[in-house]
Amino acid sequence: MKNKIKLILFGLIILISSVTSAQMKLNGAGATFPYVIYSKWFDVYHQKTGIEFNYQSIGSGGGIKQVIEGTVDFGASDAPMSDEQIKQFKDKQGSEILHFPTVMGAVVVTYNLPGVGKGLKLTPEVLSGIYLGQITKWNDSRITSINSGWYLPNKAIFVAHRSDGSGTTNIFSGYLSKISDAWKTKVGQGTSVNWPVGLGGKGNEGVAGIVKQTSGSIGYVELAYAVQNSLPYATLKNKAGNFVEPTFENVSSAAAGFIKNMPADLRVEITNADGKNSYPISGFTWLLITKNMKNKSKAKAIVDFLKWAVSDGQKYAKDLYYAPLPKEVIKLEEKKISTIALK
Amino acid sequence: MVSFTKEQIEVPKSDEVKTSSLSVLFSRLLKPGGKNVGDFIFENTTRLFAFILLSLVLLMAYEMFSKSLPSIHKFGWGFIIRTTWDPVHDEFGALPFIFGTLFSSLIGLLIALPLSVGIAIFLSELSPHWLEQPVSLLVELLAAIPSIVYGLFGIFVMTPWLRDKVEPFLGNHFGFLPLFTGPPYGFGMLAAGLILTLMILPIIASISRDVMKAIPGSMREAAFALGATKWEVIKIVLSSSKSGILGATLLGLGRAVGETMAVTMVIGNTPGISSSLFAPGYTMASVLANEFTEATSDLYASSLIEIALLLFVLTIILNAAARFIVWSVTKKYKADY
Amino acid sequence: MIGTLYYRWRKIKSFIMSSLCFLSAILALIPLFIIFYYTMSKGLSSINWAFFTQMPKPAGETGGGMANALMGTGILISLGSIIGLPVGILAGIYLSANRTTMFARAVRFLTEVLNGIPSIVIGVVAYIIVVIPMKRFSALAGGVSLGILMIPLITRTTEEMLNLVPHSYREASLGLGIPRWKTTLFVILPAAFKGIFTGILLSIARVAGETAPLLFTALGNRFWSTQLDQPIASLTVFIYDYSKAPFDDWNRQAWAAALVLIMLVMFINILFRFVTRKRYA
Repeated sequence: MKNKIKLILFGLIILISSVTSAQMKLNGAGATFPYVIYSKWFDVYHQKTGIEFNYQSIGSGGGIKQVIEGTVDFGASDAPMSDEQIKQFKDKQGSEILHFPTVMGAVVVTYNLPGVGKGLKLTPEVLSGIYLGQITKWNDSRITSINSGWYLPNKAIFVAHRSDGSGTTNIFSGYLSKISDAWKTKVGQGTSVNWPVGLGGKGNEGVAGIVKQTSGSIGYVELAYAVQNSLPYATLKNKAGNFVEPTFENVSSAAAGFIKNMPADLRVEITNADGKNSYPISGFTWLLITKNMKNKSKAKAIVDFLKWAVSDGQKYAKDLYYAPLPKEVIKLEEKKISTIALK
Repeated sequence: MVSFTKEQIEVPKSDEVKTSSLSVLFSRLLKPGGKNVGDFIFENTTRLFAFILLSLVLLMAYEMFSKSLPSIHKFGWGFIIRTTWDPVHDEFGALPFIFGTLFSSLIGLLIALPLSVGIAIFLSELSPHWLEQPVSLLVELLAAIPSIVYGLFGIFVMTPWLRDKVEPFLGNHFGFLPLFTGPPYGFGMLAAGLILTLMILPIIASISRDVMKAIPGSMREAAFALGATKWEVIKIVLSSSKSGILGATLLGLGRAVGETMAVTMVIGNTPGISSSLFAPGYTMASVLANEFTEATSDLYASSLIEIALLLFVLTIILNAAARFIVWSVTKKYKADY
Repeated sequence: MIGTLYYRWRKIKSFIMSSLCFLSAILALIPLFIIFYYTMSKGLSSINWAFFTQMPKPAGETGGGMANALMGTGILISLGSIIGLPVGILAGIYLSANRTTMFARAVRFLTEVLNGIPSIVIGVVAYIIVVIPMKRFSALAGGVSLGILMIPLITRTTEEMLNLVPHSYREASLGLGIPRWKTTLFVILPAAFKGIFTGILLSIARVAGETAPLLFTALGNRFWSTQLDQPIASLTVFIYDYSKAPFDDWNRQAWAAALVLIMLVMFINILFRFVTRKRYA
């Protein structure tokens, strides 16, 4: 009996505390790709303004779905929502959904081979061959022929991919679909695809974890995850025929070609870009914001954050291995931010 | 003048009812005011909460069923035998997951069963009295370890061990068997099976021990008197405990089938059907954990909920069968306990 | 002569089989010690006062703690208890008072069914019936899923413990003119309370270690939160997130959190064994 009373008292205390909290709290979920910079941004912003943006990285697919269901205040995804998903959102929530690019990143091909360091050269044919399960050993002639002078062991290639709905997968499979007809017909592009081979890890961190712990493995992750883990990454042959590294300049160069034809809703893919130095697997990542939020004070908090993110926030990008947004995109975004309904 | 109701005169069905009818009689005599309000409120409150429990389970079944309807309509019974899991093309089939669940649980069971029975025999027949309690406690502590901690252990300790030592050894020496083919990832069916072994071992062991202890001592004494050795006596006890151990096994299987976190962290998360222990797989529980929050299309979400429904039905069947068997066995020997 | 030889063979066989049984006990306990050893060695180094009192730091930065996760687990368990205890105890009282009616049998059967349902399925259902209508992930949804998990264990324990109280208590009480409901509530229930309390402890130990249902209900929170209608951090989800991460510091924190969780669960289990030990003395 005594314990029941204690329990009830405790419950009352919780209830009371739950109505006295005055801070603005917003909840968001989505992509793991930008998690490194978002967690930094939200931490800095919290210290600056006291507003709590609670971001959970459950994958781009999760971000899109929860935004459609309305269980989060904002979503994040590196896969732009499809027309069908946008329509689903409109039907369920009764408003438009807006895409706001925050940073750009490179999807790098990382690997774990004893004795093999950074900069293994890979071509589109070899990459798609590995992921289609056609190239199964590291010392396959197709790989050694482009990497003369490198010792590649007679080991099986362990392929790692995402097990959850991922924007990173969307960018990677989108690139593979562009450069390989076989991939396009057999697998296609999507946040979650039917992988011919490989092991699934949850989130960018899951794939990085598999690669880090499994000798002979190969995987695709956002650059920040490879660097944070001291994992080597490959140099890829781009559309122009040059082997390029995933640097900010090369990612920005990839974006440059597409910016001229930037659609109004800011949904654009920048894989397999033209340009001498363009890194072929680059992508934007977006925040998904409701145009007509019911809670106007939350809308204002989001607007203020977005303005900060595209200006001051950009300075954190390079240190965390993301490419800052091109100026033209920022200008378009500022216009778009003002369309979020504040009344 | 006191009037007796039908309840009070009717012959009671069991001892407890007889006593309380008598007490009811007296208490009603002492309170001639009529119906007891307190009793009415209390008894109906408890009935209400029992009803809440019942409706909770029925609500759960209903919700799962109704949300899986789109998938049931599209794929019908074929859902259980289709093997494609393709969210891009909205094609779904549950077979890889059913296979993964059953195969990993089977591995767990095959290894856990002999070990558990051995432990049960040890605890019930062989161990000295002072050793029995501590060892029982330790075995039950295995059951208390949270699933996520098993998962952590699986990722950082067991999988590297499997990848670097065990699987290469098995592959090199027994690679001609289809069970041991394929690259040694470490992650995969074998890892999942071993983790499940650890998790169901305590369940089967404790219940088997209880079943064996419930067998009357007279049976053992008679066997000893006839000159049997310890092991021969154990064999007799075992043969009488067979159905109880079977029940315990089914319960363990029920647990293995529903196990989520530990398995998700080591199984490799790739839907596929392979005869190799080294191959990565996917279970029904794991696909729910990984993909449920992000099933964007309605058919995708509905297919996942249908998988949850299948899992629900599977565990009901296993648990009901187990409880029935265990109950009927311990009941048989309760008199001599 | 042959008889003696055969007898010796039987003796040897018996010895071998008995040793095998003893060995299987040892074999089964080895992983238990390995798990403890690893959790201790990897986690102990990260446990310090800061770990218990600080908030998590952004990805890639070292340090920080899991204060919000500890609080979150506490709140979730409390919520689960608020939902699970009344339903469990009252339903248990009903089942103990009504042994044989059809309704009671159905309830008893469904309690067993509920006990066997995997926690992830309960998480899925909690998502459907709480998160979607509420349009948010919340501590409440998490509490509901944990409460549902607690109900069957508490119901069964309550019923069994109430049945163990001797009839004489009830007869004496009713004989004194105390109404039935007061008898149950103030005489029988307190007598059975020790047993029921240990059942409650066990169910708390069980739900403290649950992760899967929380993934779809309470989600997670990087900040300190006590609000019931907001997502909330928890020890188990913390361990899950940090174990997948490629950051070494986060992995160490995952082990430390696992150590805390294991200590908590073990403590409750050993307490339970100790309290119920006397029963079989």
